[in-house]
Amino acid sequence: MAEKSGADILVETLLDLGVDTVFGYPGGAVLPIYDALYEHPKIKHILVRHEQAATHAAEGYARSTGKPGVVLVTSGPGATNAVTGITDALMDSIPMVVFTGQVATNLIGSDAFQESDTVGITRHCTKHNYLVKKPSDLAPVVQEAFHIATQGRPGPVVIDIPKNVQVAATEHGSNRARTNTRYQPQTEGDFKAINAAAEMIMAAKAPVLYTGGGIINSGPKASETLRELAELLGCPVTSTLMGLGAFPASSDKWLGMLGMHGTFEANMAMNKADLVICLGARFDDRITGRLDAFSPNSKKIHVDIDRSSINKTVRVDLPVIGDVGRVMEQLIAVLKGRRFATPELGEWWARITGWRATNCLDYPENKTEIMPQEAIRKLWEATHKREPIITTEVGQHQMWAAQHFDFESPNKWLTSGGLGTMGYGLPAAIGAQLGNPDALVIDIAGEASIQMNIQELGTATQYRLPVKIFVLNNEYMGMVRQWQELTYESRYSNSYSDSLPDFVKLAESYDWTGIRIEDPADLESGIQKMIETDGPVMVDCRVAKLANCFPMIPSGAAHTEMLLTEADVKGTMDDQAKALV
Amino acid sequence: MHIHEEAVERHVLAVLVDNEAGILARIAGMFTARGYNIDSLTVADISEDHAVSRITIATNGPPHVIEQIIAQLDRLVPVHSVRDLTESGPHVQRELALVKVAGKGENRIEAMRLADIYRARVVDATTESFIFEITGAPEKIETFVGLMREVGLVEVGRTGVVAIGRGPEPA
Repeated sequence: MAEKSGADILVETLLDLGVDTVFGYPGGAVLPIYDALYEHPKIKHILVRHEQAATHAAEGYARSTGKPGVVLVTSGPGATNAVTGITDALMDSIPMVVFTGQVATNLIGSDAFQESDTVGITRHCTKHNYLVKKPSDLAPVVQEAFHIATQGRPGPVVIDIPKNVQVAATEHGSNRARTNTRYQPQTEGDFKAINAAAEMIMAAKAPVLYTGGGIINSGPKASETLRELAELLGCPVTSTLMGLGAFPASSDKWLGMLGMHGTFEANMAMNKADLVICLGARFDDRITGRLDAFSPNSKKIHVDIDRSSINKTVRVDLPVIGDVGRVMEQLIAVLKGRRFATPELGEWWARITGWRATNCLDYPENKTEIMPQEAIRKLWEATHKREPIITTEVGQHQMWAAQHFDFESPNKWLTSGGLGTMGYGLPAAIGAQLGNPDALVIDIAGEASIQMNIQELGTATQYRLPVKIFVLNNEYMGMVRQWQELTYESRYSNSYSDSLPDFVKLAESYDWTGIRIEDPADLESGIQKMIETDGPVMVDCRVAKLANCFPMIPSGAAHTEMLLTEADVKGTMDDQAKALV
Repeated sequence: MHIHEEAVERHVLAVLVDNEAGILARIAGMFTARGYNIDSLTVADISEDHAVSRITIATNGPPHVIEQIIAQLDRLVPVHSVRDLTESGPHVQRELALVKVAGKGENRIEAMRLADIYRARVVDATTESFIFEITGAPEKIETFVGLMREVGLVEVGRTGVVAIGRGPEPA
C-alpha cells in the first residue's frame, strides 16, 4: 500500500463519498488540505467571504438538493465564525459536515496562534464531533461523519483536524469499504403502534395533519406519500414553517401554515381537532402558543425519528418512532388492509370553511405605498410557474413570504426556522444556486438582515451565480419594531435601520444589477425586470414602513386568541408574556 | 412575576458508552446545556478491551424531565444504552467515602464506637485523628458523616453512587 498524507486521504475520501462541492475559506491551519484540493479539480471549492456564510451556503445546498453540505474552514476564528451556521443546521436538522483546521497536536492546549477549543465549542451545537489525532483515523471518521450527518434526524458534524495530521503520511489502500457504524437509527415504525394509529384515525371525526420539516428531510417520496395519506384520510393539512412545500398550497385540503404567524383556520383547526397527527414536527413553541391551551381536546399521534422529540413539550397519546416517510407508507398499507374508506367529515369541513371566511391573510389596501404582502404576492405571481427556490432572512419579510408565497413542492423553501438567523438568506441562495444551476433562486430579504452577510455579494459575482435578492425595505428591523409596538407601547428602542447604504449602488459596485422600486405602480414591472435580467440582481423594494405581520398569536396566548388586524393590538403585555420570546 | 418550580424525584441511571475522548464532557455538558441536575456521576471502563465505560448518574427532576434526560442521553452517538434503575425495579446502590475525624478524649472514643456500629474501617490513624473508610447506600453514608460532624469531622471524600440491578439479567 502507498503512503499518503492526511490531507490527500481526506480529499480522496470526500471523492469516494461523492462530494462535488465544498464551501470554505483558507487559513494557516488548513493549508495542507487546500494544497490537496489544488490537485483535485473534481471537487469544486466555493470561496466565500466569511465562514458563517460557508455554513449557510452549505445549508442552502443541502436543503435544495437533499445531499449533505460540506464546509472547510481554518482553526480559531475560522471555526468560531462557523458556529452560528453549525447551530442553525442543528436546530433545523440539516445534514452538514464541517472540517476545521486545528493547530498541531503538540501545540493543542498551549494557546497557540489561532488555536480554539473547537470540539469543546461545537460539542453542543453539533450532532457529533471529532478531533482526529492520527492520519489513519481520517478515512473511517469521515465516513462515519457523513453517515451520522445524513441518517436518522440529520444534523451537522464537525471534524477538527490538526495541521500535523494533515501533513503526516500513513498507508491508505484501495480497500475503502465503509466501516460498520455504531449509529443505526430506527426507520421502520413499530407495527403495533401503526395499528393503534390506524384505529385512532378510524375513530376520528375532526382529524388534522400537522406536518413539519421531517417530511422534507425524509426525501421527495415522503411528500408524495403525504399527499396520498391526506387524500385517504380526507382531512385538512397544516404545516410548520420548516415543512412548507411538502404539501401543495393549491390543494383544497391545505390550511396554510400554523403557529404564531399561521393562518386563523390552521390554528383553529388545531385547537378544535379531535385527532392531531404530527408528522415530522416537534411541537415548537412558535407552533403551540400557550402550552396548557394547545389543542386541548385532541388525541395526539407523534411520528418522529428522534425519540427525544416525543413528549418534550406536549404529551402525546401515541408516539411512533421511525422515518416519517416510511411510517406514512406503513400507515396507508394498514388502513387499506382494514378497508378504510375515506370519510366525509362534513361537519368538520363546514367549520373549517367558516374559519377560512375570515380571510385572515388580507391586508389593508394602500395606493401610495407598496404593501409588503402585496410585493410578495406579485413576486409569486410573476415567478411561481418557474418553481423558484426561495430563501429568506429572518423577520417580518420571512413571515410574509411564508404566508403569501405558495409552494407546491419540497426543497424550494429554505429559511432559518429554529435558530432564526438573520443573514441566512443570501449565502443559502448561493448554495442553492450551486446545487441547482438552472433554477430561479430568490432571497426574500429585509434591509436589516441582508446586511448581516452582505459581503457574499462578491461570492455570487465570482462564481457567476444569477441569484436574485428582493429586499423589502421598511427602514426598520420590522419584527423587533412590531413587538415593541405590541409589547412596549411603541417605544422603538434601537430598531430603526439608520445609515442604510444605497442598495442599488452597492449592488453595482459588486457588478450586480441594482433595481429600486418605490411606487406601487412600478411593482410588477420592477419584478419583471429582476427576473429578465441575466446575472445577479438586487431589488431595493421600498415598502410601507409601519406594516405589521398578521395574523399573530402573541407570546403566551392560545391559538384561539389570535390578533387578526391592527385593531386587536393593545400595545402592552403582562410580565408573564414579556418573559416569553 | 414568579418562576414556577415543580416537585422532583431522584433517579439512578446506568449508561454504557464508548470509552472515547470527550465522552464525559459530552454527557456532563448535555446536562448543563439543558438545565438538568447531576447529584453524582461515576465512570470507569468495564470491558476487557477497555472499549466500553459504564457511567452511573444520580439525577433528580420531575418525571417528564427524567424521561427527557434518558432520551437525550440515548441520542448521543457514543451512548450504547441507558437504563433507569430506579424505574426498572430493585437494584443495589453503593458508595464509598473516606472520612477524616480529629479529636482527643471522649470524642475520639465516640468516633471509634460509631465507626464500629456503622462498619466503617480505620485506614489511617494518628494520636489525634482517624480516617474511616465506609461503604454503603448513600443514606447510610449521609447519616455516618452527620454523626462524625458532632465528634470532630475534618473532611470527607465520596465516590458518588454506583448501582446495578438485582437478579441474573444485565442492565
